[in-house]
Amino acid sequence: MGVDNFPPMLVLRRRSRPGEWLIQGFLLLCALLSILTTLGIVVVLGRESWLFFGDEAVTLSEFLTSTTWQPAIGHFGVWPLLNATLMTTTIAMLVAIPLGLGVAIYLSEYAAPHVHDFLKPTLEVLAGIPTVVYGYFALTFMTPLLQNLFGRETVEIYNTASAGLVMGIMILPLIASLSEDALRAVPRSLREAAYALGATPLETSTQVVLPAALSGISAAIILGISRAIGETMIVSIAAGAGPSFTLNPFEAAETMTGHIARISGGDLSYNTIDYNSIFALGMTLFIFTFSLNLISRIIVERFREVYE
Amino acid sequence: MLIENPLMEARQVTLYYGASEALRDVTLQAAPHQITALIGPSGCGKSTMLRCFNRMNDLIPHVRLSGQILYRTHDLYHPDIDPVEVRRKIGMVFQKPNPFPKSIYENVAWGARLNGYRGNMDELVERCLRQAALWDEVQDQLRKSALALSGGQQQRLCIARTIATEPEVILMDEPCSALDPIATLRIEDLMRELKERYTIIIVTHNMQQAARVSDYTAMMMLTDDRAAGTIIEFGETQRLFTTPSDRRTEDYITGRFG
Ligand SMILES: Nc1ncnc2c1ncn2[C@@H]1O[C@H](COP(=O)(O)OP(=O)(O)OP(=O)(O)O)[C@@H](O)[C@H]1O
Ligand SMILES: [Mg+2]
Repeated sequence: MGVDNFPPMLVLRRRSRPGEWLIQGFLLLCALLSILTTLGIVVVLGRESWLFFGDEAVTLSEFLTSTTWQPAIGHFGVWPLLNATLMTTTIAMLVAIPLGLGVAIYLSEYAAPHVHDFLKPTLEVLAGIPTVVYGYFALTFMTPLLQNLFGRETVEIYNTASAGLVMGIMILPLIASLSEDALRAVPRSLREAAYALGATPLETSTQVVLPAALSGISAAIILGISRAIGETMIVSIAAGAGPSFTLNPFEAAETMTGHIARISGGDLSYNTIDYNSIFALGMTLFIFTFSLNLISRIIVERFREVYE
Repeated sequence: MLIENPLMEARQVTLYYGASEALRDVTLQAAPHQITALIGPSGCGKSTMLRCFNRMNDLIPHVRLSGQILYRTHDLYHPDIDPVEVRRKIGMVFQKPNPFPKSIYENVAWGARLNGYRGNMDELVERCLRQAALWDEVQDQLRKSALALSGGQQQRLCIARTIATEPEVILMDEPCSALDPIATLRIEDLMRELKERYTIIIVTHNMQQAARVSDYTAMMMLTDDRAAGTIIEFGETQRLFTTPSDRRTEDYITGRFG
């Protein structure tokens, strides 16, 4: 009988399980590695920015308030670059958030299974297109389109609107795909509850499913924004070169990332002020994305609807 | 016919999930202001049958139904019928409590608002919670999340939420299966009160419960080829439980089945 197959003595003493320890150690190592990398980046950015702000040509207050960035004549105000970044990002998100959410809701709540199985991979292919392709798409398709719509006099060849719009198209699949995963994770029983009360599919998806998926969706949006802020290729190609402070989306302007790419592409010698300025810009970018993450966490904590 | 003027009626309903048959030739009537119980072994199609009455099966892809589901004079599966409107008249309470992850108040108010309720919402919420025998326990915490309630409280909240949309029929799929005996008895009391105003069809695995609360009982079972579920006996609960006419019904209700 079964009982006889066990050892005769009852042993409850704690046993050592080396396999468990090994795995746990390995997983901890993985976690530490990513933390260490982040720390390393912060240290390097911090050190070089320190050198930058230590230079007598630079003051922190000028960096934070001035709207001129002219390293050649010693002006280091971050606003022209920051402003261009904010403009392209805002335009991109104005495209990517509503369309991305729309696609996500359509895919998870409305699409028939075979439509879904065709659309989702297509969308993911869109996410895999290299950004340099998007860049030239902006320059050779979107800009002429804008020029036809608003006139050649108003729309410059290089402009933030074109770069922002195309960037939005690029980010759309990311937001759509991640949001759809979040929507799908909402239990069926909640949808059934809504339908059983006589809710329409629209009321169910926007008033029950969407709020329940909020934390996943805001994570998707934050990731999208971070992606837009950090995007380099499209803005380098289509937004313009040369820092200029303008609120007109049809004029050329250079973003922080575009500037970093252009400056570091030239022959820049180590430890010059131009070289160090790149790190100060990098630090600014980092602070931006970092605070975004923080803010989103707070928002999600406050508004999310937890389901079991 | 057993019932003169049924409020709801299934006529020769056959239903397929894709290629597999789940219901075969089911005919069933529900009398107004009465409780009709569906009993039978697991997997015989009770939930499937219940979900035909408010077109909940529409949400499952590849479901095909033939036959008729009648509500008053309407054939609910007629192409001109809007399932959203159907569900506003025929509400449903599920086996597992599924409150929205919103406040207690909002759980009740949401459906009523959808259905165009224009009166005083506070009043409605209080009235429905009272009817569902939940008011005394939650009146001080209406703004708290419904998920903080116990399972039995959540189920009563789901009933309150259903009542708030003022349906005419309430379908209940094993509403007490996740509850303890005391919560179960409360919900049974509640059903007896609710039947004054609503018509109730309930699925239950609990024979005593069917005997205690229902007026009519339908016994479902798989067909002889075990392919689909069908109704083998339907009648007044009293009669069906004391003198079942089908041998299988007798075996099932006395626990000798399977
Ligand atoms: N969504 C579905 N897709 C395919 N088949 C299904 C689906 N739902 C139920 N079925 C099948 O239909 C048959 C009847 O299921 P149903 O849930 O109606 O039984 P039930 O009598 O309610 O059982 P229980 O008492 O266990 O709840 C089962 O064979 C089941 O496998
Ligand atoms: Mg069932």
